[in-house]
Amino acid sequence: MTVTPATALMPARAPDDGVDREVSTGAVLGALLRRDLRVARREAPYFLVRTLMQPVLFIIVFGFLLPKMGFVRGGYASALLPGIIAVSLALSAIQAVALPMVQDFGWTREIEDRLLAPVPTALIATEKVLAGAMQGVISGLIVLPLGRLIMGPIPGLTLEHAIAFVSITALGALTFSAMGLVLGTAIAPQQIGLMFSIIVAPMLMFGCAYYPWRGLDSIPMMKYAVLVNPLVYVAEGIRATITPGIPHMPILVAAGALVVLAGAFWYAGRRVFLRKAVG
Amino acid sequence: MWSAYIPRMTAAIETRALRKEYPAPTSRRGWAPGAAPTPPTQARPGTLRGPIVALDSLDLDVPQGEFFGLLGPNGAGKTTTIGILTTRVRATSGKASVAGADVATDDVRVRQRIGVVPQRPNPDRSLTVIENLEFHAAYFGIALGTAARRGYELLDRLGIGDKANAKVDELSGGQQQRLMIARALIHEPRVLFLDEPTVGLDPQARLALWEILRDLHAQGRTIVMTTHYMEEADQLCDRLAIVDHGRLLACDTPNNLRAQAPGGTLIELMLDGDAGTVVGSAERVPGTLRVEARNAVLRAYSDRRGEVIPPLIRAAEANGRTVLNINLATPSLETLFVSLTGRKLD
Repeated sequence: MTVTPATALMPARAPDDGVDREVSTGAVLGALLRRDLRVARREAPYFLVRTLMQPVLFIIVFGFLLPKMGFVRGGYASALLPGIIAVSLALSAIQAVALPMVQDFGWTREIEDRLLAPVPTALIATEKVLAGAMQGVISGLIVLPLGRLIMGPIPGLTLEHAIAFVSITALGALTFSAMGLVLGTAIAPQQIGLMFSIIVAPMLMFGCAYYPWRGLDSIPMMKYAVLVNPLVYVAEGIRATITPGIPHMPILVAAGALVVLAGAFWYAGRRVFLRKAVG
Repeated sequence: MWSAYIPRMTAAIETRALRKEYPAPTSRRGWAPGAAPTPPTQARPGTLRGPIVALDSLDLDVPQGEFFGLLGPNGAGKTTTIGILTTRVRATSGKASVAGADVATDDVRVRQRIGVVPQRPNPDRSLTVIENLEFHAAYFGIALGTAARRGYELLDRLGIGDKANAKVDELSGGQQQRLMIARALIHEPRVLFLDEPTVGLDPQARLALWEILRDLHAQGRTIVMTTHYMEEADQLCDRLAIVDHGRLLACDTPNNLRAQAPGGTLIELMLDGDAGTVVGSAERVPGTLRVEARNAVLRAYSDRRGEVIPPLIRAAEANGRTVLNINLATPSLETLFVSLTGRKLD
């Protein structure tokens, strides 16, 4: 059997304009990250206020006013600072992903222009999580010197394990941005405010941010119940790296738990994202 | 083998038995407040709460380089068709390929070769006008310099060159639509999809778009457009498909379609009640070729133009109906459309 070459059957085609050039996934990921960076830079003042206001107010009240009044001992600052860093990175990573998702999948579906990019659709979700994690790390790194500045000298604070500190910060930020993907895609837009009251606020309060986990020894039920909360592992992990004198979880336990939680959030968030993205 | 081989290599778009069902609407989605669950619907005779069929066994063949129009009333399945062909909606069954790539299994390659103008402008509101174009180009691997040059050129051509650095929210609806057209063209796609592209454009912008589309067509690009405007379809398209209820009713060149339009003048009588009871008497009116009823509208095709109107009115009144309004139309794509779908466009 002979088959006529396709070219002989084809009408003259438009001059090749390069549309068939393979687009590398890395290049598209870079473009998506640049887009988010551009937007984040433009919105930096709002972003900083949104994510730093609460931690800074906490630092002022619990790290400065109460010690001055003598209600808490000076050593409290060492337990508090790592927790505050954890809170601010959690808030900013969640919001950096969840809030834009609401707009992206809202009435006009602004995300369409990215969903039309010639890359697997899941890459768009991956990029969002990466961009959110970066914002989380940045917030955490801003709060560290800010806290030190407001609270004054903090007993036992060390930057000896800076690499471990940045690593646990990055891992925590990834966990929370993946959680932001789940929340931003699974929750109806009009409920996003409720999300903060029902999910985020309890998470911050029961996340061992304002007290070390070992402090719950006397309330065993609570001590084990809070282990579902990712914030516990971030706060404890940061304690292990910058104020190791405070009783804390072994860093490998905290890191391991975060890897598991980040994976679970990523799996769930990706599923919901794909379901929303493709009709 | 032979016949299967040829279309695969020359078709820009090919669909076979394409079907899309949406699940029956449910009231509880997400945590939407205030949305009380609907009571279980009582199964009325003949109304089973099954899935909604948006597309029912659609076969389309669009050769490379063709300007193809999709015409149909709202809810006909046009947007679903475009959604599947642009990989944004997953078909329930059937096959579709665009520019040689399967939309289900090779969606990345399809996206690489297409440009899409959506029905409702969906620009990236966090970016300026030119950034929308530069970043969209970057998602297609185009260098910033090239993207910026093409972007300014396109904006100029579409008459919004002075808005390049404006925020998207500062644009009017029509200007946003033009931005969408520029975005769809920035990566010079081989197949361009436009879903109602000229809705909301002023006449000048519409003509500018027509000119651009003609240029793109002349370059050998394939264009698929849905439209409400017969004139637009007639002027631009090589071939038109008329779809309704997810089915292809007719597909041919505008000239051949016009030739298929039922002969005579279309006369529509709007009655004060069901028109079905009038059909029998109306058919006996000399000069009527065909009569049909849809709710309160009686449609008659006449080969004596308006002469049949008085006897038709009498026929209606003899059956206890009053005529509220009368419409006349000469044979055209419009009358063919009405005779095929029983509905008007718009």
